Formats: sequence, structure tokens, C-alpha cells
Amino acid sequence: MSVKFSKDHEWVKVEGGIATIGITNHAQEQLGDVVFVELPKLGKKVSKGGDAAVVESVKAASEVYAPVSGEVVAVNGELEADPALVNRAAEGDGWFMKVKMSNPGDLDELMDKAAYDAFAAN
Amino acid sequence: MNSQAAKRTPLYDEHVALGARMVPFAGYDMPVQYPAGIMAEHNWTRDNAGLFDVSHMGQCFVTGADFATVATALERIVPADVKGLVPGQQRYSQLLADDGGILDDLMITHALKTGAEGPVYVVVNAARKDHDFGHITALLPQGLKLIRRDDLALVALQGPKAEAVMAKLAPELATLPFMRSAHVTVSGMPLQVSRSGYTGEDGYEISVRNEDAVKLWRLLLADERVKPVGLGARDSLRLEGGLCLYGHDIDETTSPVEAGLMWSIARHRRAEANYPGAGRVSRELAEGVSRKRVGLKPAGRAPARDGTDITNAAGEKIGTITSGGFGPTVGGPVAMGYVASAFAAPGTPVNLMVRGQAMPATVVALPFVPNRFKR
Repeated sequence: MSVKFSKDHEWVKVEGGIATIGITNHAQEQLGDVVFVELPKLGKKVSKGGDAAVVESVKAASEVYAPVSGEVVAVNGELEADPALVNRAAEGDGWFMKVKMSNPGDLDELMDKAAYDAFAAN
Repeated sequence: MNSQAAKRTPLYDEHVALGARMVPFAGYDMPVQYPAGIMAEHNWTRDNAGLFDVSHMGQCFVTGADFATVATALERIVPADVKGLVPGQQRYSQLLADDGGILDDLMITHALKTGAEGPVYVVVNAARKDHDFGHITALLPQGLKLIRRDDLALVALQGPKAEAVMAKLAPELATLPFMRSAHVTVSGMPLQVSRSGYTGEDGYEISVRNEDAVKLWRLLLADERVKPVGLGARDSLRLEGGLCLYGHDIDETTSPVEAGLMWSIARHRRAEANYPGAGRVSRELAEGVSRKRVGLKPAGRAPARDGTDITNAAGEKIGTITSGGFGPTVGGPVAMGYVASAFAAPGTPVNLMVRGQAMPATVVALPFVPNRFKR
């Protein structure tokens, strides 16, 4: 399926009820050099719009909110040793977590790429 | 933050043309970073030469009959040895409140010219300049005058290649010692140049007429060893260099003794004790202080920011971080803050409370990156 985007600048890609989540390329550009990512523990229940992770640039710490509700079933361990992966491949290898969705309807409130690009441009 | 019209330095259009991200800072629209990014700009400054627009800072001259008259008056306002400055010499000091709190920190130079450009040149922080100029003016005796120089811009060229870059423009600047200043003319531009800065690296700060600022900026950037550096890297550079940021590491509640700035108060000035706040400084020197500014090295990878609580093994709060972030040269998180004096010895283990979790850290000596000033 296609990728969806949140107003908090996360992307979500769903395969078989599992949502892979990361921050958008626009978000990493705004943050600048990412130096640390704090990921949730496996099994953590996240709720749509709630805290899920923290991404830190040289300048500041930013919360990453869960764009969908569910249970964290995987996190991207690569980011621990190489947080700059978020800058190099925000919408690919720089993913943050995989969440087993508890409410498929959450996706309906997210934007498609065209809508997000227009949103981010403002 | 953008409700009030932000002021612009004469280099504003240059920053925008270079693709800088502009942010409000101390009432100005300033470049926080250029497209290269904070990390690359930081590393460039450590290895080559970084060019900073610091025109937002407050420049002024204090005028009077002669240097001795002005220096004597200034010693009633700051704790530094001003009278002992030889012509061209510069010194770091603080404006102290009567209770010994720090109102601002500043650079004082025995200017080489007289009249409206002498005999004393002072540079203060951008966010404090209106306050400071009023404060100093109010404390000056009759016949002395503070002349603020909003007609001057200020740029800093910092890094190990700064000397070679400046020497190409004015050969005599190669041998200018640390904390000394000189007047040179480059391509018709009169410049007041000092060997100083805020990065821990060798470098220069260059005062230039507003109308010449763009020409000087472009001339310096034309050298391939020079790249523009924004306020983001300026902050990470000075933090690694152990240098205080006013409003964070020092403020109206902290004293020079607590802040570890007594190196800037000469022995005879301590003995004279005739500057504002001398009572607290003398008392703290005699009796000790309850807290001290220290470096803090987190054990993990997570940065601990300004405002983070510092705790002991029992979980009791023993201090607060005042500057914290990622040190690109260190390659990990770095911070400074105040801890209870019992915990101030380098090597002391402490915890930093980041997002409710106790993160282990160690008290360390400052700076994190050795200063490379040209002594």
C-alpha cells in the first residue's frame, strides 16, 4: 500500500496490519544533524498522537508522536549506532519503529503524499 | 517570536543568499545554520576557518580625558584590572550587580585611538546591550561618555587557518598576540581587529563599518579556507570550549566565584574590593561557595539539555544543567552546569534526569576540547 503522512511529520507504511513509522524527509531537513534517537521498548502500547520516540539534533530534542495506535513490535536498532541514518534516509532505512495496529481506521485521518507535501510547504 | 519586527544586521541579505536558516535571536534575525549544517560548520571551524556574523553584539566606546581617567571609572563598574591594560590589550570581564550577581559579560579593550574611537572599546552581548549601555552610562562620572556604535558591524573569523587568511589581507595580523587588537586598512576598509573569539580556536574578531560589512564578508568568503558558520555551531563550539553563555551558564543569580571566572579578577582588584558585588565575591573567596560550575560528560549517547536536573546516587537533586547538547568534536553529548560544591571534583559520578530516567554522567574539567588560543 502507499505511504501516508501525519501533521506531526511522520510517515506510515502498512503491510499486513504492521505499520512501519518514521519521520519525513521534510522533518529531518528541519531538524538538521540527528545525533540521538530514543526508541520505545518492544511491547510498548502507543496511542495515536501520543509520545512514541524522541529525536535529538545538535540543537534540540523533538518528540515523535505515534501516527497510529498499537503495539511496538520492532524498532530500528541501526539508529543507535548511526543516528545520522535519519538524515540520509528518513523515509527508508531511517525508519523508527513497527507498530501492530489496533485500529485500522487511524489511517483514514492521515494524508497522502500530495496533501502532505502541500501541508509541509506551508 | 516574530510578532515584533526583528532587526537585521548589515549582512542579512548575504545570509539569505547563502541559503541560511534565519531564526530570531536577541531581537535579530540571525543565521542558525547554512545549508552545510551545524555539524559540518562546527568541524570546518575546528579544521579550517569559520566566518561568523556577530554584528548583533553591542559595540561602544567609553570616552574621557585620557585612558587612565576612563580606566579608573570603569574599575568602579567591573572587577577586572582595566588600568593595567596596555594600548591594544583586551580583557574579559563582567558587569556585576551590587549583590555580586552577573548582569552580563563583556570584552574591554584599551583602544589604540582617541576621540570617538577611544580610549576604551567595549563589546557586550546582543540581548543585554540596551541594559548594559544604560547601566554603564549611569555609573560613569561627569565628563565621561559611552558612545554606542550601531554604525559598526562585527564579524569573527575562527579556526586554525584564520591566521593565514587574515595575513593575506594584512600581514601584520599574523603576529598579533591573543587578546590584542590592531587597526588595519584592507581594500580601503578601516578595520579594528582583535585576536579573540568564542570558539576555543585561534581567531580574530573584526569590527567594520556597516557600509563595508558586505564587502569584507565577501572578501573573506572568497578564500577557499573560509566558510560561513551560524549560531548553532557557534554554540556547540563554545560549549566544547568551556565558555559561558550569558543567560544560561551565568546570570543575575550566579557570581564570578561560583562560575569559576576568578581568573578574570586580578589579585589586586580582589584586595581593593571596590567594584560592585565585591562583598559577595570576597565572602565567597573566604568562605567557599555552595555550588560551582562544572563540565558534565554523559556516559551514554543522549544529550542532556539546559534545565536538566542533576542528582546524586540517592536520587537527591544536587544541581542543574545550564548548557547541554552534542559536541561534534567530542563525538558525543557534552554539558555544563552547577552542582553542589561537594560534587564538583572531576571524576565525581552523578545522574542526569532526562525524560524521567537517571542517566549516568561524570563531572569533568572544562574545556572538553583544549583551547588553541595564540598566547
